[in-house]
Amino acid sequence: MTVTQKLSMAHFRTPLFNDWCPGCGDFGILSSIQMALAELQIEPYKVAVFSGIGCSSKTPHYINTYGIHTVHGRPLPFALAAKLANPDLTVLAVGGDGDGLGIGVGHFVNAGRRNINITYILYDNGVYGLTKGQASPTLKRGLKTKALPRPNLNDAVNPIALAIVSGYTFVARGYAYDTRHLKELIKLGIQHNGTSFIQVLQPCPTYNDLHTKEWYAGEDRLDPQTNKPLPRLYKLEESGYDGEVKIDSEEEVIEKSVQAIKKSYEWGDKIPIGVFFRNPFAPTYDMRVASIAPPYLKSAPAWQPIRTKSLKPVADVSNIFDELKIRP
Amino acid sequence: MSVGKNKKFILSWMIGGAQGSGVDSSANLFAYSIAAAGYNIFGKREYYSNIKGEHSYFNVVASDRPVRSVIDTVHILASFDAETVFRHAWEVEPNGGIIYDSALENERLRNIPTIEERLKEDLAQALKAENVGETLRDVLTVAKRRGVRLYPIPYMDLIKKTGELLGEQQITVLMRMVNTMAVAASFSILGADINKLHRGLSYAFRAKKAVVEMNFTACKVVYDYMRQNFSDDFPLKAPNRHLEDEMIMVNGTSIVGIAKIVAGCRFQTYYPITPAADESVYLEDKQVFNLNAVKDGDEYEYPHLAENKQLSEKGHILVFQSEDELAAIDMAIGASLAGVRSSTSTSGPGFSLMAEGLGWAGMNEVPVVITIYQRGGPSTGLPTRHEQGDLLFTVFAGHGEFPRIVMASGDMTEAFYDTIKAFNYAEKFQVPVIHLLDKSLANSTQTIPIPPVDEVLLDRGLLINEHLDGKTYKRFQFTDNGISPRAPIGTRGGIFWNTGDEHDELGHISEDPVIRTRMMDKRMSRLQLIDETIPSDEKVAVYGDTNAKDWIVSWGSTKGPILDALELLEEEGINSIGFLQLKILYPFPSKLCTEILGGAKRIIDLEQNYSGQMGRLMVMEAGISPTNHILKYNGRPFTSTEVLDAVKEVLSRNTKRIVTNRGG
Repeated sequence: MTVTQKLSMAHFRTPLFNDWCPGCGDFGILSSIQMALAELQIEPYKVAVFSGIGCSSKTPHYINTYGIHTVHGRPLPFALAAKLANPDLTVLAVGGDGDGLGIGVGHFVNAGRRNINITYILYDNGVYGLTKGQASPTLKRGLKTKALPRPNLNDAVNPIALAIVSGYTFVARGYAYDTRHLKELIKLGIQHNGTSFIQVLQPCPTYNDLHTKEWYAGEDRLDPQTNKPLPRLYKLEESGYDGEVKIDSEEEVIEKSVQAIKKSYEWGDKIPIGVFFRNPFAPTYDMRVASIAPPYLKSAPAWQPIRTKSLKPVADVSNIFDELKIRP
Repeated sequence: MSVGKNKKFILSWMIGGAQGSGVDSSANLFAYSIAAAGYNIFGKREYYSNIKGEHSYFNVVASDRPVRSVIDTVHILASFDAETVFRHAWEVEPNGGIIYDSALENERLRNIPTIEERLKEDLAQALKAENVGETLRDVLTVAKRRGVRLYPIPYMDLIKKTGELLGEQQITVLMRMVNTMAVAASFSILGADINKLHRGLSYAFRAKKAVVEMNFTACKVVYDYMRQNFSDDFPLKAPNRHLEDEMIMVNGTSIVGIAKIVAGCRFQTYYPITPAADESVYLEDKQVFNLNAVKDGDEYEYPHLAENKQLSEKGHILVFQSEDELAAIDMAIGASLAGVRSSTSTSGPGFSLMAEGLGWAGMNEVPVVITIYQRGGPSTGLPTRHEQGDLLFTVFAGHGEFPRIVMASGDMTEAFYDTIKAFNYAEKFQVPVIHLLDKSLANSTQTIPIPPVDEVLLDRGLLINEHLDGKTYKRFQFTDNGISPRAPIGTRGGIFWNTGDEHDELGHISEDPVIRTRMMDKRMSRLQLIDETIPSDEKVAVYGDTNAKDWIVSWGSTKGPILDALELLEEEGINSIGFLQLKILYPFPSKLCTEILGGAKRIIDLEQNYSGQMGRLMVMEAGISPTNHILKYNGRPFTSTEVLDAVKEVLSRNTKRIVTNRGG
């Protein structure tokens, strides 16, 4: 195949003024998405990015692909349907931690049951930014970020563990300021044939004064030997961890799931990023549909003709009427 | 009984029993068999929100002419449990008949746990007034005093006899045939052709030939028993007739499902809810369907998204059961953005959740069809019972202002064509379309002529069906009539943005006051365009005397009982009433209503809700006030005779508000 026009990051940018706060982690995630799409050489018109509501959900407007900024908590239903309707599309869903794990958590869990081939990127900064810094479902209990009058009373959801038990077949975590690493994760997510979930840790420079860029970088704890910061983040792939399901067996899936869940509880001084879990064997939803309705694979909804050139319906329901016919 | 020479032949047959005991299948058997004998049928199904044990019943009216509703009384009550007789014996006409299990005569009213205390007290009072006790025998005695014929059947003996004939000893297998026996007894009383029962059994059991023959043997045993034990003097007879049209037996959910396939709907979402889920489950069963061979000079219009593909020779509709109704509507919208005709089906509680998605579709000018089968509200309300309580909710659902179409069908045939129109309207005007149906339409069974599809055209409006390689595409481009060409996702050169925020022509967020005003005007002017574009006969239907002073105005499934009541009024010499049926409820057809009702002295708002919602909308939109109301909100659909009595009361006494309460 010859690539007629090499796609670069520029092809995925829109000329819009970006109104995120200076220093926002969203910028890193946005660039990582654009880089990933460019490196995968996917034509912009074949990509659709769906988002919910919140700062991060403005992302689609800054990407030169189909960009659908939906309802709070609902990027997944829109995105899954578009993919089912036209499997040729590369579909991404993006949104914040409040969007995906608060108001949208029902969709988050149920998306995991289906293994539809999309990639969901969750921007996780622990706060609801656009409404001025309330606690999000990923903020740990007892923490008091800048805008909270009182410490947070709720326990935090563990997004990686929730994704695993919900059935996501690719589960990873990235960091907004490590764009090279995050870009690779997004590429892996897009290339994975199934539902991919990528949690992205991200400072909110305006409202989260606890999990700052400096905190992630470990600037509050210096190595007594070198006097250099000890970064909190480390890469799973460099630590000998392997989250890949190697053989198509239930035992193997359970073992790798438990391993990933256990890993996902590491927090504080050592925070893992990378691929926690990947199962390439789970049947995708299109294969499940095809198992009961074989025409689906060849004739997805968006590909089917529904009328003739003279506007007549093409569906022939005479045999359905036949079943209902009164036979004297 | 209605058996005069020129009078319409009407036979009202009812079967009841505990839910899960086969009431529906016996009713379908009866309905199909009597239809096979050449009669039109209309059947009403009543059931509790319960799986097994509560009382359900099915009332089938058979007629030599089209029939669209049930009546208040019953000619034959077929039963195989005591509760059915306790509840319904009172509805049986003098000269009518009750078929019952002779082994149950000693059953006591107080021992039946599924009869509500209120009803138990009422029944006990009624029995006391007749100076009898509280057993089934006493109820039958009272019925007999009124001239009702009794047909005690020793089901167990007949089952055993059938078992001997079949060489089948297993009583549990045989017991299932008690339903068939009740139907066969009814057929025998009516002098109807036993061979039509064979047709009915073949329909009910499809490929299971052995089961058909087993049940047919049971029918023959019952026929013999009836001939030997009862005189053949039942006043209503149902000999074979010839019916001109080729008929199909449908209910609202199946006919709408079929229409969606014809309409080109290829993506249907739902979350399980009564009574809407039946439609989606039916579609799941029919998800793979045939495609027409094209006629000379015509060819398929392939979506540009299918270029270079080898498509299947079959069509397919993807039916998706979502996690909730929030997702159901959002998924339908997501598929629509990809260029697919899509819809979701629900009832009131589900639509409550859909309000947010509806607003997003309105804001982004997305065509999507929402099929609503109304049921009793508010909240969970009466999940399995009938109401037209969601009109104002659907007209106003969602925050802010955006255009939508709300339409309602009056019967099965209308529901078929309206479903197709709903998709046409949605794409032509790029708005969400809410198609209102109700429990009565959903669960009623009716024979109708096969709806011809030759004249059906699919109007996709300004859907772009090619890749665009040129200047910048603007999804929300300002145009003369406010509608912009619509590219599906995946169109080369068609990249657009959507947002629930106010937006510019490209679809990017904008809070600019000038853009805001222009975009609001663009969207909201759609209502006027819709009102001006949709032809009058698709907005309203007029029946009866068009110069009448007295008008009934209504919408939805009340059409059936109203038309049947108008026939009954005509039989009584009253033919000076007009009936205006509103089919498009929003944008409200104000001009048409003003024209049609211009000479009206009395406007009777007849609908199935408490507050006369359509009447209120008419006041608000057209400035026309109903003078009288006939309302019902007990969860049971109007019967024709109920409408008849209420209309007569309005005509004679000018009663302003009549609330009727019939039906068990």
